Amino acid sequence: MEKTTSVLMAGVGGQGIILASDILSEVMLDAGYEVKKSEIHGMAQRGGSVSSHIRVGKKVYSPTIPKGSADYLICFEKLELLRWLDFCNGETRVIVNDLEINPPAVNLGQAAYPRELFEETARKFKNFKLVPASKTALELGNIRAANTVMIGVFSNYFDVEETLWLDKILGKLPEKLHDLNRKAFSAGRKLG
Amino acid sequence: MKKLLSGNEAIARGAYEAGVTFASAYPGTPSTEILETVAREYPEIYAEWSPNEKVALEVAMGAAFTGARAMASMKHVGVNVAADPLMTLSYTGICGGLVLITADDPQLYSSQNEQDNRNYAKFAKIPMLEPSDSQEAKDFVVRGFDISEQFDTPVMVRSVTRVSHARTPVELKERKAAPMEVQIRKDPPKYVMLPVYGRKRHVVVEERFLKLKEFAETFELNRMEMNDPEIGIITSGISYQYAKEVFPNASYLKLGMVWPLPDKMLREFRSKVKKLYVIEELDPFIEEYLKILGIQVDLGKDVLPRCGELTPSIVKEKVTGEPEKLFLSNPENIPPRPPNMCPGCPHRGMFYTIKKLKLYAAGDIGCYTLGALPPLTSLDTCVCMGASIGHAMGMSKALGDEGRGKFVAVIGDSTFMHSGMTGLADVAYNKSYATVIIADNRITAMTGAQEHPATGYTVRGEPTHAVDFAELGKALGFKNIVKANPYDLEAYEKILKEEVEKDEPSLIVNQGPCALLKRALPKPKKPYFVDTDTCIGCKKCVGLGCPAISWNAEVGTTAEGKKRKGYATIEPTLCNGCGLCYQVCSVEAIKTEDKVFFGLVENL
Repeated sequence: MEKTTSVLMAGVGGQGIILASDILSEVMLDAGYEVKKSEIHGMAQRGGSVSSHIRVGKKVYSPTIPKGSADYLICFEKLELLRWLDFCNGETRVIVNDLEINPPAVNLGQAAYPRELFEETARKFKNFKLVPASKTALELGNIRAANTVMIGVFSNYFDVEETLWLDKILGKLPEKLHDLNRKAFSAGRKLG
Repeated sequence: MKKLLSGNEAIARGAYEAGVTFASAYPGTPSTEILETVAREYPEIYAEWSPNEKVALEVAMGAAFTGARAMASMKHVGVNVAADPLMTLSYTGICGGLVLITADDPQLYSSQNEQDNRNYAKFAKIPMLEPSDSQEAKDFVVRGFDISEQFDTPVMVRSVTRVSHARTPVELKERKAAPMEVQIRKDPPKYVMLPVYGRKRHVVVEERFLKLKEFAETFELNRMEMNDPEIGIITSGISYQYAKEVFPNASYLKLGMVWPLPDKMLREFRSKVKKLYVIEELDPFIEEYLKILGIQVDLGKDVLPRCGELTPSIVKEKVTGEPEKLFLSNPENIPPRPPNMCPGCPHRGMFYTIKKLKLYAAGDIGCYTLGALPPLTSLDTCVCMGASIGHAMGMSKALGDEGRGKFVAVIGDSTFMHSGMTGLADVAYNKSYATVIIADNRITAMTGAQEHPATGYTVRGEPTHAVDFAELGKALGFKNIVKANPYDLEAYEKILKEEVEKDEPSLIVNQGPCALLKRALPKPKKPYFVDTDTCIGCKKCVGLGCPAISWNAEVGTTAEGKKRKGYATIEPTLCNGCGLCYQVCSVEAIKTEDKVFFGLVENL
């Protein structure tokens, strides 16, 4: 990895984005890179937008990604894609979980969920992937494992052994969740 | 081996390695995790949540006066509360090292202002170090304790959200014992700031400042990185990282100590470069100093913003003057996801009632500040910790009898312990008729569940005495004190109506723990659901602003053939059965399979 790789993760509070970004960061640190990660905490439990910037390379300065230079944009919810387009370029690889979570204005009937705009935007990217992470997690028995499915998906794009990812994921979870997350990760690997 | 630590974890680690034995704090974003890490990881260090930042600094002073190394941490506005002891602590000096962490919040991610606390170091005439990543955060804290003892001064270390909440690699070291013996040390001329002693200590402060200035000239954390001499950039903290990202080939003077500043070094750097840029967030703190010295600055706040945080993109765009050409821009009008009161939040019923009774609510700082946002829109002021009670008191005197029955003060339990008691004493003492609601949810909720003197637990989870708000109100002179269940809308409305009409002060203490406070919630209730055949689409439940309730705009009819514009649904994975929507539904379309009681805990 010669140049710094920038990964932007976005979603809604409670989806496990911070955990997923911690895992990516720690895996890359163990693989011998410098890693910086930045996010906004504080309101995460309250259904707000959550984003995490992860930067990996030989020497990394800014913990946040400059606009137009995200190599990966990983969205845990569809609408969140539309908030981070200014961080993308034509080469950005976009991975989106096929899930809609209504923002309050949609719940209150004051705005519509921007489905068409999402479709239209998706078509502008060369590397765009919609993955059924939440659906897969639900089929495995717990929708909360969707973030592990997502980790499985994007792990395919990093040259790191599969076991390193799994060890890191399981190391952060209580034992009773290990089996579920092993399956979720493996399902994600296949989806990617 | 290197470990990924957040800036806050690194600050805690720095305290550990520096031999600190005492750490105090009041929670506040982005500083909270500093003391949480100390409490969780380092049993060698005494740790406490203090009732407020003033107390946090005072107890740290007490510890330092015995020779112990002590650290107090707080958010930027917390230093305002601690400013009273801080300004005179500069005079007394310390004994054992004392480091005060200020975690600033440029961009106001979770604050009421974005003040630049570098100004405090100048104001108090004390040194301030400013790390730019986690490694530096740890190292600067350790170095801060050395400087503190070497110059007999408190030292401030300034972080910002992007340092505190960024994770970057840190090399860990062993803990070293603090150098001084811990004992009682009597020295009234140094520690008793009577005018006669204070005048002499001010002279000491000025002399110390000159010594610190000299020290800054050769201090290893102020460093020049000479590259291309065309552009020289003076910067510090997180701004250094942004500048390096954008201009990797420029020359740099990176200031690890932002106060006092090294005059000779600044002049030397100026002489080595053709153009001098100053890249700093918020105030032109370094830039103005350079101008006082008569040093020409070629680019600074004439182009860089004074408001909000910097980013690599802002630095690039403002310095080069070329707007960035982006592949795609963000579409406008994407529905935002503002922070929201959780499903089952005890504050929701209170605000619903305040709105229904058309009361003006003087507000305060905490989750309940979110009551100002739609659809509840029923909080009218928020300035600083404890101010709600003062606002209501002042209003009662200004409005006189005209104001009776028209307003309340709303303050949380932790905020009340922080700064509410004195205001409450004023209400009774000066005979106001104001009604004060303590929205007691048994925890400091907004910052992620921290204990305080009324929860009954310490930072390490040990049981302790819990302040009784009703007894306290009585002792302060309140005769009307009511405990109220904010989930029981009918009863709550009756209480609120009665109390605001009274010609005497009233204290209402809400009974209802935070919906995220696991220890208070014995077993989860079954969710409510909407009988969509019965729902008439009146949107009353939607108006509660509960994240579990959705509106489905779909023109149709009820089972009885009534026309409707849509219907409500409840997301079962989000609903925790608080029962508010059940109560506001006028057609009994909201149902549950569980036992009906109002609240998450029975018999509140």
